Formats: sequence, structure tokens, C-alpha cells
Amino acid sequence: MKKLQYERPVIQRLNVGVMNKFGTKTEYAPVTHIDGVSVKGLIGKHGSPLFVISEKTIRQTFKDANRAFKTRYPKVQFAWSYKTNYMNAVCNVFHQEGSWGEVVSGFEYQKALKNGVPGSKIIFNGPDKTETDLRLAINNDSLLHIDHLDELYLIKELAMDMKKKPRVAIRVNMDTGVYPMWDRFGFNYENGQAWDAINKIMLNDCMELVGLHSHIGTFMLAPSAYGVAAAKLSDLALGIRKKYKKNIQYIDMGGGFASKNTLKGSYLQGVDASPNFDQFAEAISTAILNAGFLENELPLLILETGRALIDEAGYLLGTVISNKRLSDGRRATIMDFGVNIMFTSFWYDHKISPAQSFSQYTEDAVLYGPLCMNIDVIRENVTLPPLKRDDHVVVHCVGAYNMTQWMQFISLRPAIVLIDMNEEPHVIRKRETLGSIEGDEVLPNYLKDFKI
Amino acid sequence: MFQLTTHTPLIFQLMQIKRNIALSDSGFIFDPSTGDSFSTNPIGLEIIKMLKEGKANEEVKALIVKQYMTDEATFERDLYDFVNMISKLKLSENDEKEKD
Repeated sequence: MKKLQYERPVIQRLNVGVMNKFGTKTEYAPVTHIDGVSVKGLIGKHGSPLFVISEKTIRQTFKDANRAFKTRYPKVQFAWSYKTNYMNAVCNVFHQEGSWGEVVSGFEYQKALKNGVPGSKIIFNGPDKTETDLRLAINNDSLLHIDHLDELYLIKELAMDMKKKPRVAIRVNMDTGVYPMWDRFGFNYENGQAWDAINKIMLNDCMELVGLHSHIGTFMLAPSAYGVAAAKLSDLALGIRKKYKKNIQYIDMGGGFASKNTLKGSYLQGVDASPNFDQFAEAISTAILNAGFLENELPLLILETGRALIDEAGYLLGTVISNKRLSDGRRATIMDFGVNIMFTSFWYDHKISPAQSFSQYTEDAVLYGPLCMNIDVIRENVTLPPLKRDDHVVVHCVGAYNMTQWMQFISLRPAIVLIDMNEEPHVIRKRETLGSIEGDEVLPNYLKDFKI
Repeated sequence: MFQLTTHTPLIFQLMQIKRNIALSDSGFIFDPSTGDSFSTNPIGLEIIKMLKEGKANEEVKALIVKQYMTDEATFERDLYDFVNMISKLKLSENDEKEKD
């Protein structure tokens, strides 16, 4: 007699009056393949956990964003935000699509150069640019986005010393009607700091003011805030035109567009709550087009979109280590990936799908990571089928920040695989070994021996 | 004051499912004494039916392992968890007896 497929017995009380009108989201549709490649096969070959990136999704998402802006505004340029995901393979997919590089540290700057991005197409943001970084960037004719007055004076000093005229922009912070207001970076629009910085640049001949930059926040759910920011930057650009008879070459709206992830505590799922590229593009382009620029003097619109371009292309594959019952009767499932490699689980309720088929019966569970730390919680509440040891799961929308903010803590960092346009997987970062961690350690001779 | 429990683990007891609970073939369970309703999967329903018929846990284990693609250790662990949940959801008469 052929035996029947086994599924763990589950029983749960049926409750009425759930927390919102859509009920709880149940994830029992299995994700067995990513871009045609078997999840089980990937884990079998590269181990678990494993990050997987879909090149197809990256290119499709980029094309969608590009179309949304280019159909509304005549001059658009994307610059890939290295801090969001600086795996060289990922960066080069964006560069192949035409993106410049946007970096916030000397290390990222070196990475962009090494990837082959021309210096003049690297935007250098951030509050911590060292003198060495600045000298290199000035020599390469990169775009320096000034964050504070100390940096402004240092660039001026270097320009005089190097007898070069660096191309600079200022970062402007402003009230766009959203909370919290990001005012720690750049110069404030409302209190006149921005004009003060502009005057200091314009009234000496050491630097060329070529652009205005803002980055109003992160995971922004209100396209209208970008409209306000674009209007204020346009006002500054037109003011410069009037006062100094100089056209600003570009307006850089920074990043911050929300991805399709669901923020913790959100009433709606991310796919319903997050605006699409068309909504952001409409708000920004309308504000600039209506600001009063002459047709031939419209500035280039630069976008440093990171999260919204890469989040959905990233998956994390993992395996169940164990199941247990908590003291209050809740099911607890321990996974082999924790917050050390999935930092974003602190602020998102990531969608998690089983990687094999189950019946439609589900259980409410808490998903824990493998770390010996109480805070290692992947999902505080998730409705999943009865997973058992060695079952696999797929975590969605992990492409942004996880592969740059991850840390080697208790366990080593996993490999990353990119699935190309022909559905062929390529390892783009190897699984770490003890050697990767100990390679830079130095043990003094006198500490090498001991007796216990 | 904290007291050590002397209860026999449920897995070693004869689990007596409340006689008056209603079971439907789709896995819907209704407890008329509390008004609570529950849902279970097909294998859960099968186990509850066996327990209601008065089968001992060992007997349930042997029947399930014979019928499904699982091993004794895995099923014993899952059964232990399941009968604990049945007890926690107040669907067993063992709890009623303990109260007396």
C-alpha cells in the first residue's frame, strides 16, 4: 500500500473579530522556484541560508522606473546608490542599464571606480569625506555634494592647493510636511543656511556650483513630499539664475522611495500602501516643470533611488531548524537565518513563503533566528503551514540593505547567488569561512600557548 | 508558592476527547459546552477521531506510522505537541477530571 503524504497535525481555535478588515495574511502558496531555478536545488548546491538575486527583476524594475520618469520629464539620470547593495555584480547590472554611481564613503568611491564608473559620473554624498577621498574625487572630476560648512572650506582649500575647480552641489534639507524631518544632513532651506552656502560658493572662484541635492527621508509613502522638495529646490535654482545669472545643471532628488515591503504596524500590506514610480515621477516632474524654468534651461533630474529598485529582486532562502511550543501555547519555529543577516526584519514584516507544497491548513507562529540572542526574531506573528525540520522557506523583498548592513555575529555570512537573464545561477559572493573572519586578526606570540 | 507538578505527561495518558464535541468531515470542530469552534487538518481530524474512539496514544502512533510517510520519532514528537494543544484548548475530558 502506498503511504500518504505526511503533514504535522494542527489544530487552532477559530476567532472572530480579527485585527483589520482584510484579516490576517496567510502564506501557504509555495515558492518552489525563483526565475525557473529550483529553491531546493539552490540550497542543495550552495547551502542554507542563501541570498538569491534576480537579474530579471532588477532590470524590469529599473525599466519601469526609467519609463515613469522619462515619459514625464525630458532629462533624467539615475545614479545607483552603492550603500543599498554594493555587490559588484548588482552595481554593474545598474551601470549596464545606464546608471551613474552614488557613493557615501571613500570605500564605496573606490568600489565604483574599480567597477569602471568614470569619475565624472560618480556622485559623492555623505558627511564623512576625508581629505584623501576629496583629493581623489577632485582629480577625477566627480560631483561633490557638500554636507556642511567645514567640508565646504576644506574643498575650497584643496581646490586652491590643487589648482583645480571642483564641481560641487549642496545638500539641502527642508520641511516637506512629513515627520520626522531629516535636518541633520546638508543646509536648511527655510532658515537661510542653504542660501548662505550658495553665496559662499558663488562668491569665490574656487568651485563650480553645478547642482542642488536633497534626500528628504527613507521609505517615503507620500509622493507629495517629493513635490514640495522639488519645488523648493527649483526655487533655489531660479534664485541663483536671477542673482548670479547662472543656470544650475541638475537637481538631484536623492532616494527614499518606498519598496513593496510591509512596515511593522502598517494597516495595509506594502504592495497596497507603497506608491508606484509613476506617482513619485508625477509629483517631482510636475513641480519642476511648473517652477518657471525656460524650456532650454530645464535642469537634469538625477535620482538616487536604491531600495525601490532592488528590494524585490532579493530573496533569502532558509531552512527550519526546529519547532517548539511557547509557554503561552504559541508555535515557535526556529530558522537558520537571523537578524544578523536580515537586519530589515527589525522594521518590516517580511513576506515569507514555504518552499514546498502543503495543504491549506495553517498555524500562527513566531519565527526566530538561530542566534543565542532574545532579540533574534524574524516575524513576531506569521501564519504559515505546519513547517517541520529541514523544510525550506523563501523570504521576499530582502534586496535592499541586508547585503550591506549584515554582520558576522555568532554565525558566518551566507553566499549570494545571482540568477541571470537566461535563468542561470552565478555565485557573486562566496559563503564566509573561519578564514574570512580570522584573516585580519593578529594574535600576539605570548598569547599563543596556554595550559588548562 | 511554586509547586512541582506531579501530573503524568499527556503522552503517557489515555487522552479522552470530550464526548459532546461535534466533528465535521472538513475538520471543523464545535464544542457545545463553550461555544468555541476549531479547525484541524485531515491528519488532525483522524487522530481526534481515533482518540474519541478510545484508542491509546501508542495505538494511534502505530496506525499513523503505518499509513503515512513518517517515522515513529517524528510522529511521537508531533503527537505529543498535538495532544498538548487539545488539552490547552480544553477539548479533553482529562482536564475536567483534574479539576474535580
